Amino acid sequence: MALRLLGTKLGMTQIFEESGEMTPVTIIELAPNIVIQKKTVETDKYSALQLGYESKSAKNTSKPEIGHTKKAGQGPLRFLRESRVDGAIVDNYNLGDEIKVDFFTTGETVDVTGVTKGRGFAGVIKRHGMHGTASLTHGAHEVMRHAGSIGASATPARVFRGKRMAGRYGNDRQTTQNLRVVDLRVEENILIVKGAVSGRTGGLVMVQKSIKAKR
Amino acid sequence: MNIVDSIRNQQVNDDIPEFSVGDTLRFRVRVVEGAKERFQTFQGSVIQRKGSGIEETFTIRKVSGNVGVERVFPVNSPNLSNITIVSRGKVRRAKLYYLRKLSGKKARIASRRDFTPKK
Repeated sequence: MALRLLGTKLGMTQIFEESGEMTPVTIIELAPNIVIQKKTVETDKYSALQLGYESKSAKNTSKPEIGHTKKAGQGPLRFLRESRVDGAIVDNYNLGDEIKVDFFTTGETVDVTGVTKGRGFAGVIKRHGMHGTASLTHGAHEVMRHAGSIGASATPARVFRGKRMAGRYGNDRQTTQNLRVVDLRVEENILIVKGAVSGRTGGLVMVQKSIKAKR
Repeated sequence: MNIVDSIRNQQVNDDIPEFSVGDTLRFRVRVVEGAKERFQTFQGSVIQRKGSGIEETFTIRKVSGNVGVERVFPVNSPNLSNITIVSRGKVRRAKLYYLRKLSGKKARIASRRDFTPKK
């Protein structure tokens, strides 16, 4: 498993690349991630690094939580996330170390994880891309945005599990793989990747080096 | 100003001459063929301009050998250079789509007489 850094999605825009091509990009703020806890096989039966991101006020933080980040010499932090990494990588870091944008390099690919926008209880057209009565098949009739047939009759006399229907849509964790790093700005803690990233503007995203990167 | 806006605005080129729909432009387009790179001159009239900031594009139309040719470019594209205004047009519409149906003398745009092209 790769080290997964925490960041904030700032929004999308377009950028001209050196070739003159216009590229759609997402801008991600990666303020320094702080190593809060080191987990090792000896103590925890697995090895991992816990990273903290974005400070918050001590007033609304419980004392155990304040004590936890204090071990790394930090004030309370809003987000704490663990990355499973090899023990050798854990040994490379000390508590309180900062991991910055320059962890990545321009041109390499990254995987970005976010939580998709919640759409509440959504119908089949929005949720599954069905066509309603715009389709001439699948039994949809009369009601414009309905699904139509949900299966055969006496055999099997039931609706198969997993049949696509209306329901809660969005608010799911989703990873977009192989986004190319177009640019990064170390002073501003900015990472610019090509393409879209799940989640709202201002939402938490996690960035790691691509697990399926072309070498 | 937030960071997204500043990245957007950084790329806006202020040196591009102000032009609007109806104007005739001449400019060079960078064309990359394999490893080689060359410049193509394009001259035509602007029939559409839309978007703002870095997303702004324009459509330019010319008739080449009885075939209408339309191309869309980002206004701030680094592939464009030497943009010159050949003439300014007197038009009453923001989008000159009607030119597509016209040909010959009908497809002309009246030029504004208060404009003198730079030599």
